[in-house]
Amino acid sequence: MKAFLAWRVLGLVPILLGASAVVFLLVRLIPGDPALALLGMEADAQSIAALRERLALDEPVVVQYLTWLGNILTGDFGRSIQGGRPVLPMLLDALGPTALLSVAALIVSLLIAIPSGVIAATRRDSAADYSASFIALCGLSMPSFWLGVLLILTFSIHFPILPASGYVSPAEDLAGFLRHLVLPAVTLGTALAAAVMRMTRSTMLEVLQADFVRTARSKGLSRRRVVWVHAFRNAQIPIVTLLGIQFGQLLGGVVITETVFSWPGIGKITVDAIFARDYPVVQGAVLLTATLFVLINLATDVLYTLIDPRMRVA
Amino acid sequence: MSAVPASAAARGGVVAMLRNRRAAAGFALVGLAVAAALVAPVLTPYAPNEPDFLAVLSGPSLQHPLGTDDLGRDVLTRVFHGARVSLVVGVFSVLIALIAGTVLGAAAGYAGSWADAVIMRVMDVIFAFPSVLLALAIAAVLGPSLINAIIAISVVNLPVFARIARAQTMVVRSLDFVEAKRALGFGPVDILFRTILPNIAAPLIVQGSLLFAAAIITESYLSFLGLGAQPPMATWGNMLRNSIAFLDLAPWLAWSSGMAIFLTVLGFNLVGDALRDFFDPRET
Repeated sequence: MKAFLAWRVLGLVPILLGASAVVFLLVRLIPGDPALALLGMEADAQSIAALRERLALDEPVVVQYLTWLGNILTGDFGRSIQGGRPVLPMLLDALGPTALLSVAALIVSLLIAIPSGVIAATRRDSAADYSASFIALCGLSMPSFWLGVLLILTFSIHFPILPASGYVSPAEDLAGFLRHLVLPAVTLGTALAAAVMRMTRSTMLEVLQADFVRTARSKGLSRRRVVWVHAFRNAQIPIVTLLGIQFGQLLGGVVITETVFSWPGIGKITVDAIFARDYPVVQGAVLLTATLFVLINLATDVLYTLIDPRMRVA
Repeated sequence: MSAVPASAAARGGVVAMLRNRRAAAGFALVGLAVAAALVAPVLTPYAPNEPDFLAVLSGPSLQHPLGTDDLGRDVLTRVFHGARVSLVVGVFSVLIALIAGTVLGAAAGYAGSWADAVIMRVMDVIFAFPSVLLALAIAAVLGPSLINAIIAISVVNLPVFARIARAQTMVVRSLDFVEAKRALGFGPVDILFRTILPNIAAPLIVQGSLLFAAAIITESYLSFLGLGAQPPMATWGNMLRNSIAFLDLAPWLAWSSGMAIFLTVLGFNLVGDALRDFFDPRET
């Protein structure tokens, strides 16, 4: 297991290097002087000269990249053009709200997807199966910001029971935090639930036809035990894999959801920074998100080797 | 395997696909969106960007079946014109990604060795970003416009096609009919384009139809955030963005553009599912 883990972690190095090169080049693609892009139009000649020196902008691109990478690796992501705060602490502050929202969305999606997927599979071609599958397809087809807007329209405007936007720290006011969390978590969790439900259904359908399930049934085990202990356990690997991939994609989804609900996480910071042309923040946020995304995918791999030791050889 | 029964089976499959109610619903929804896009100017008497300050934010009526927006523009007209943007972005971004990804993936799978390693590592790097975020970053750097949205979405989808094309090519390249062409002295380009590509097309087409739906959603995200086609051009995403300021006064604005995206994407997802069942009946 240790060797497997070490090998997988090592495999991340070239991917993260590549991702950092992409993030580095993104700002170089902006027409004009990168120092001006990174400092903003109002920068004075002295600070521009200082930044050119610090980022080695007069050196070849490769040296520039290595200098930039060296800064990143020592935690120096530069300073925000707006307000001049160092970028890294800004991003780390935003990570908490994003993590809370993502985990809440994950819980929402599992609560919807697993029972409905299993019921759809065990009652194949029934009305329950058709409705669950159709609702899942609708969930997949619904752009998350529209769902968000409709939820605001329903639960904040027509029936004003939940706040339309904003954030309250759970440390200050847990009830207030939860009230603010409901709508964004449902918005973000719905698309995930739809994908997971479809995967749960199709995997369960396959597993329910396996010989060991027939054996379990013929032993006279209760239906519930056959479905949840024998079949569902064996259906978990594809579900966990999909869940991992989709959970990673949530990091993209938070960009939209956080913007709609003014949730002060990494997604909202990214969008705000894009519109303020605050490129140091954009670079830092995109790089941090990509790193998290890659790590979540790695965690998925590790998780399914824990569920099924056979996967370690593969 | 003789050609006649295979094509007969394929015909039977097409008939079955058309009889399938879900597939038929999908084709109908896609057809509606295409029709709206093609004949948008003759469907309503209004111009999409023409303000009418006497009819600002008026609710659905006989003159304006979906109401008007904050500048008095007819929402139905703008929904029809928005279909053009969504479909143009969908078609071009998927086509570019499909063609470039297939060529890169098939070349990697056929050539192997260092070419394979280089191409696929680049694809891995693109895969290291959540797709919405990467599309956003690219569109932000290139500047908000319709063309740049297409480029951004193409880049994001490139590795999906490349991976499928590579895997399929590696299966096909060692089959007898490919070996036979090689033995006959055909060059790698000829083998790749004339022999391998036609034999790996099916899964790529299925993926293309499913990514079409995703491309329309991503485009709507970009224009919702203000990074797609720019106002006054009507896109479903920027109409929805605009609707947020008037949620309590004019809720029909949020319903109409969102419903347009939802129904179109649902249509493409239904068609994609039907195509997958058609090409790979094992999945059903």
